[in-house]
Amino acid sequence: MRVLAPMLKRIYAVFVARNREFVRDRGTLAWNILMPVILVFGLAFIFGGEGRNQYTVGVLQSAAEIDAGEHPFLQSRFIEFVPVSDEADGFRKVERHRLDLLVRFGDERRYWVNPESPRGYFAERLLLQSDAEAGGQMQKAQISGDPIRYVDWVLPGILGMNMMFSCLFGVGYVVVRYRKNGFLKRLRATPLRPHEFIVAQVASRLMLVLIVTAFVYLATHLILDTRMDGSYLTLLLVTIVGCISMVSLGLLIAARVTSEELAGGLLNMISWPMMILSGVWFSLEGAGPAVQGLAKVFPLTHILDSARAVMLDGATLVDIAPSMIMLTLLSLAFLALGAFYFRWGPD
Amino acid sequence: MQIALEARNLVKRYPGVVAVNDVSFSVTEGICFGLLGPNGAGKTTTVEIIEGVTPATSGEVYYFGELAGRRFREEAGIQFQNTALQDYLTVRETLEMFQNLYDRHADLDRIIEDCSLGDLLDRDNRKLSGGQRQRLFLAVALVNEPRLVFLDEPTTGLDPQARRNFWTLVQRIQANGTTIILTTHYMDEAHVLCDEIAIMDAGRIIAGGPPDELLRNRYDGLVIELPLEDIAGDLDGIEHVIYENQGIVEIMSTDVSSSLDALASRVRNLNRIKIRQPNLEDLFLDLTGHSLRS
Repeated sequence: MRVLAPMLKRIYAVFVARNREFVRDRGTLAWNILMPVILVFGLAFIFGGEGRNQYTVGVLQSAAEIDAGEHPFLQSRFIEFVPVSDEADGFRKVERHRLDLLVRFGDERRYWVNPESPRGYFAERLLLQSDAEAGGQMQKAQISGDPIRYVDWVLPGILGMNMMFSCLFGVGYVVVRYRKNGFLKRLRATPLRPHEFIVAQVASRLMLVLIVTAFVYLATHLILDTRMDGSYLTLLLVTIVGCISMVSLGLLIAARVTSEELAGGLLNMISWPMMILSGVWFSLEGAGPAVQGLAKVFPLTHILDSARAVMLDGATLVDIAPSMIMLTLLSLAFLALGAFYFRWGPD
Repeated sequence: MQIALEARNLVKRYPGVVAVNDVSFSVTEGICFGLLGPNGAGKTTTVEIIEGVTPATSGEVYYFGELAGRRFREEAGIQFQNTALQDYLTVRETLEMFQNLYDRHADLDRIIEDCSLGDLLDRDNRKLSGGQRQRLFLAVALVNEPRLVFLDEPTTGLDPQARRNFWTLVQRIQANGTTIILTTHYMDEAHVLCDEIAIMDAGRIIAGGPPDELLRNRYDGLVIELPLEDIAGDLDGIEHVIYENQGIVEIMSTDVSSSLDALASRVRNLNRIKIRQPNLEDLFLDLTGHSLRS
């Protein structure tokens, strides 16, 4: 207790000071809350605004290769055709917006579309137009189960993205600023230890991210009646584990950088690929294996996969355990490297 | 009195330059010790090595006989030359935050009063003037009731009135028995505040001891100052022409009457002659051959 109590007191002192700094910086606070709200509501009410000029269509067939000669639709440009061998799996992907359309060619031509998907609607128009040229035999089929609205699918993406920016820039950028202006050097001359400083930063950002995310989630949930099939406790755990992994990544990037410009560049270099490849706006179902493999290294991919599984499929902790373990391992690696490279000052 | 702090053979090398070159000194408890020298002499690097914020290339620092470590961090108070505070925090919150980093606590109300921060407690750190910031930096250095306080160029950038107020404050802290290590390039400041000094130049200590003793040992006489333009002939045969700087000639004289007699025939105008005690600035010029502020 003689060691622990003063240590907790020091961590608490830095934690409180950082919270005050964040909350009183009105511009940053407003941006952290307003940006995701505007995005979610904008996407919910205006059907445009999707991030990709390309549709993903599943083709129900047993063969691994798609034969473009089978139907004129298969020759359409800007559409990614993905072979799907299992019908149930295909339906699920249409429900979850991972496929815009599922089509079966051959003797009994049929397609399945999610009536809630704006992208599915356009893909359907294109299919029917091509099909009319080919004789018009396509039958529309309802997908069984509960189709998911795009806003339900995109909400975890936007919350995750906001969390990513808040953690990476709110910790990484701030630590670099502290180092550059000498505040870290000032702290170094006190009994505060590096791990205490890091714990305070992680705790402060974790609390702020949880409050902001909960607020945005609650507002969208109440107004748009977004889908929640799983346990709130599991979702909270995903948020906490995900936030820690992002803060750790921010600390690693900021471990010894002394220039805010360089830190900004590095943080952008990390965050933009994550935003594009982790499935914030659209599913990576049609992407190549190299891109999908790369996406698995990003914490945001695991955060979004887990959050969507909990919110849309009612996944339990056991279901999402692989992603949680991956996030924990990534956090440990980032923290270990960050602590190893950490420098108080430019020296 | 015991030795509060001892620096042994401190060396700091940067690529292509030796910033601190085998510096050793010790500081007795309760005194004000001054580290003097021009900008770039290595003063700040030396104290930052002692403070533990800059790693030395070699050398050791002892605090009350043991290697400076955790106890030193707990008991030392440090005012940095260039540092920042957290934005959006008030003066009071800043003091409380720093105080909570220590086990030792000073009476905050007394510090606030001593540092004249009473009217500024609810002010945002960003809205403090230069003098107010320096007073807050000093207050932050005192929140742990330190046994040893480092003041690095504390009055740089302050107006003369604020400097004198700051000196009074430092003298009050020293009167409580706190040991002070002051770095400065103001010789008058060192002379007023310091019981002992070490003069640094180009990374080395070139002289050390109590200021008056250093001057007494070096000089036996007074300094005669006169403008160069008032001198008609040459100064050959005049004893101890010690320096000529910015149009002023300084002559060290052990016998002022005979020096003035000798000057009388070579000086156009005796009205502008000044006679004064030698000071630390003279000593520095004498030792290094260049000006403190150059």
